[in-house]
Amino acid sequence: MSVTTKEKVLARRPDSLAPAVTHYCPGCGHGVLHRLVAEVIDELGIAERTVGVASVGCSVFAYDYFDLDFVQVPHGRAPAAATGLKRARPDLVVFTYQGDGDMAAIGTAEIIHAAVRGERFTAVMYNNSIYGMTGGQMSPTTLPGMVTDTTPAGRDPAEIGYPFLVAETLAAQPGAVYVARTRLGDMASIVKTRRALLRAFKAQLDGEGFSMVEVLGSCPVNWGMSPSEANAFVAREMVRHFPLGVFRDGPATPPAVAEADGGGGRGTGGNVSAARGTGAQRPAQEGTGRGDA
Amino acid sequence: MAEIHIQLDQDRCKGCELCVEACPRDVLAMASHINALGYQPVEVVAAERCTGCRACYVVCPDVVFTLTRAA
Repeated sequence: MSVTTKEKVLARRPDSLAPAVTHYCPGCGHGVLHRLVAEVIDELGIAERTVGVASVGCSVFAYDYFDLDFVQVPHGRAPAAATGLKRARPDLVVFTYQGDGDMAAIGTAEIIHAAVRGERFTAVMYNNSIYGMTGGQMSPTTLPGMVTDTTPAGRDPAEIGYPFLVAETLAAQPGAVYVARTRLGDMASIVKTRRALLRAFKAQLDGEGFSMVEVLGSCPVNWGMSPSEANAFVAREMVRHFPLGVFRDGPATPPAVAEADGGGGRGTGGNVSAARGTGAQRPAQEGTGRGDA
Repeated sequence: MAEIHIQLDQDRCKGCELCVEACPRDVLAMASHINALGYQPVEVVAAERCTGCRACYVVCPDVVFTLTRAA
């Protein structure tokens, strides 16, 4: 793409995003989230020392889509590989890119303990409440009543349980310094997601601790919706079960410190208690916690 | 208003139509021809109405758009 020097560039492909055509279905939010991560890495000027860790799922080919160093690891083990990378080479910027099937099911132990240990990498999660790559089976974050290949009558919480609230769970761990949930769809929400990703990577650059952004997105094909309808479903239904907001933003806090002085210890008490009070049935709230997402 | 140049990489487009919906000025529409990927791609039908708000670029999952403004 040639752009003459006389013109001001308003929007173009970020350098950290490879020019490959992705295999993602029409309207899939993975493409948008890839671009946002690449934009943030470009903005921070860290492309030469960034290593991504690709997961298993639709985003398994992320290593072809980012113009960054990448490793691809077994299902769910991205946080474990990222831990090794970051500990061996603290000068690197390390991030994982995982879906809900990868992070919230087979990789649950890895991601929770990475947060518990306060590993200094950034986890990016694309949550679309379904196993997309394998054809649309129920995932741990499938909404109650949602029809999938394996829940043809809709997910019944009485039998199969409730969606797993990943961001709230990770935010409650003392090693986490920045945990937010945002969504894709409209322009404003995408800009907020970009801002959250920027904050998460900055937390890593500052060596503060574990950072994570859970991004709600669509799966138009497996949901049986048009891309537009699928985005509307995210905005209308998904946020009822997955409240948007910043659940943790502050230095890693040993629980004993937070409790000893009523939670205000190092300026994070409010966020920690807000995260702990989050239940599965909490109604949708934009901007839970503090600030916007 | 400075002229906005919309450069389309039409052969990347998968025809999801999210940009057409996002554009507040009806600059975009879906073409009738089929592109290299087998989709009907987006096309510019009213470039003169574009304000360079970037909405199309922001919502596009496939980075079809490059927007420039004459300096």
